[in-house]
Amino acid sequence: MSMPSPDTRHITFAQAINEALAEEMRRDPTIFIMGEDVAEAGTPFKVLAGLVDEFGTARVIDTPISEQGFCGIGVGAAMTGMRPVIDIMFGDFLTLAMDQIVNQAAKIHYMSGGKLKVPIVFRTNLGATRRSAAQHSQSFQAWVSHIPGLKVVLPTTPYEAKGLLKSAIRDDNPVVFIEDKLSFQQKGPVPTAEYLIPFGQAEIKRSGNDITLVATSSMVDIALQAATLLEADGLSAEVIDPRTTLPLDKETIINSVKKTSRAIVIDEGYERYGITAEIASLIADEAFYYLEAPVKRLGAMDVPVPFSPVLEDLTVPTPEKVIKIARQLCGRITTSLTGA
Amino acid sequence: MTQTVNQPAVTVPSNELEKWMHMYQQMLIIRLFEEQVNELYQTGQMPGLAHLYSGEEAVAVGMCEALRHDDYITSTHRGHGHCLAKGAKVDRMFAELLGKAAGYCRGKGGSMHIADPVSGNLGANAIVGGSAGIATGAGLSAQQRHTDQVAVCFFGEGALGQGVIYEVMNMASLWKLPVIYVCENNLYSEYTGYKEVTAGSIVDRPKAFGIHTEEVDGQDVRQVHETALHLVEQARRHQGPAFLLCNTYRYYGHHVGDINRSYYRPKEEEQYWRDERDPLKILSQWLIGQKMAEPLMFEQIQQEVNQIVEHGVRFAQNAPYPDPSEVSRHVYA
Repeated sequence: MSMPSPDTRHITFAQAINEALAEEMRRDPTIFIMGEDVAEAGTPFKVLAGLVDEFGTARVIDTPISEQGFCGIGVGAAMTGMRPVIDIMFGDFLTLAMDQIVNQAAKIHYMSGGKLKVPIVFRTNLGATRRSAAQHSQSFQAWVSHIPGLKVVLPTTPYEAKGLLKSAIRDDNPVVFIEDKLSFQQKGPVPTAEYLIPFGQAEIKRSGNDITLVATSSMVDIALQAATLLEADGLSAEVIDPRTTLPLDKETIINSVKKTSRAIVIDEGYERYGITAEIASLIADEAFYYLEAPVKRLGAMDVPVPFSPVLEDLTVPTPEKVIKIARQLCGRITTSLTGA
Repeated sequence: MTQTVNQPAVTVPSNELEKWMHMYQQMLIIRLFEEQVNELYQTGQMPGLAHLYSGEEAVAVGMCEALRHDDYITSTHRGHGHCLAKGAKVDRMFAELLGKAAGYCRGKGGSMHIADPVSGNLGANAIVGGSAGIATGAGLSAQQRHTDQVAVCFFGEGALGQGVIYEVMNMASLWKLPVIYVCENNLYSEYTGYKEVTAGSIVDRPKAFGIHTEEVDGQDVRQVHETALHLVEQARRHQGPAFLLCNTYRYYGHHVGDINRSYYRPKEEEQYWRDERDPLKILSQWLIGQKMAEPLMFEQIQQEVNQIVEHGVRFAQNAPYPDPSEVSRHVYA
């Protein structure tokens, strides 16, 4: 991983988000935060803790529970000189604001012939296994990645969270920024000096030669765990994190698959019609003659997320599921499968 | 009903004549523009459909004449009148309707999406109620930037069925935003009489949020305008949002293709509004009655506006279509 500065600290993903917002808000007075329980509460995940103390309630605005309303207000403010960062408490609540995001924010620049701009960030989250059941556990990146005019960011580490959020805030387009709820307390190295991470640049999280694992957000760690386990089989897996699904860094993915000849695409959204389908299709289109095996996909099971832990854990991709498929693709079906 | 049809009994000084004649001309531009749009549709010269504003001109003109150039409006699928009243030019409007590159949105928006930030028009919106958030956000933006700009959200009574209206009125009232919600009750939500789909009282809804609410005869531009001046001034002084219910009528169907509409409203009703409640007639008759104007003056305006509209439609018809490369431009800024 490239680190622009040797001066780094280990901070949590939540702190990285918080720092990105604070630094950008100090730099640009047109930036403000709006959403449910963002001020004194700092969100249920405490990601925004303390920001209201520095910036006040005029720039860290608590709203009623009205996702469509405050997302729409954000769009109007963005069109008239402000740079709102809208907090959507759970990714599942994107559904409540879809008209504002899809029919308004995403299309206004185009519909106006380029005369109006909507520089807005919709911060939200994804991920199951928090025992939160069917309406607080979904991963909707495929929905928003389907829409021309939006950009979609899926940061994985604290380093990426900070650098990508700063880029999102400075972007002149609507950006949906989706964080993994389970990563908020994960720590990682973050430079002290300012840096930005551009969109459309995938990161090779681990180099390998036998199989490519393309994984997003919460699934990057699953892929890295699987890659470690596959070492025992003598298989070297390369892990690619696209980091933004819109725009998508096709080149890094294709170059990796050309090298390894095999690929599994892993994303926590529902598998059917998902992010994994799009990336698998890309690989089939652009690296078909390099493939030794079919491209495989792993997403969440196509069921509403169940509450019972016994059931919920069945619905998400796991390292075990990944290595089972990897062994099949590499012709290594072995007896150790059940012990993996 | 707090309707006050016979108001305002202001004594108009003669130097006001110019103001009312200007508003007459603005209303006539909208009227003749829409008649030309209908003609373009009927003769197969216009792609798609359009929702005509004829009959409702006094609302857009009375309201927009109370605004400054840098104030904002958001509009609706029935938006030509709002755009023209806020300062859009006839020729580029026609060009947009015909999908030409010279249109306000380079031909990419069409009738339902005309936006002109130069005149403060943040865009017509084809989602009913869809611009309520945008207008309210423009109000929040004005407040945050410490300007005294005002945002006007035009919408039909059909939008009262959309929850987002109530979400944003709640926030506008809480935060004292400079937003005026102008509800044009033209009696029909698309193809359905509004009473079939609207419970209780319209004005009680904004009042429940503590929003200053007024109701006017939307056919009387003087009444709309004088109420608008008051509400705009209030908003400009940071006294919070307002709701203005304008009772009006649309002369045509839901859109230009909605021709056989007797199943939802009688022809006699349409004729009554055209004969007795026409905003152009109401203003001209009042000016003549006050001995401020003579019939000849309105004929002169009619000739001038005819020329503007004829020139505008010719401009649009002769204008080139967008280059094919435009299709993938402006997806991203």
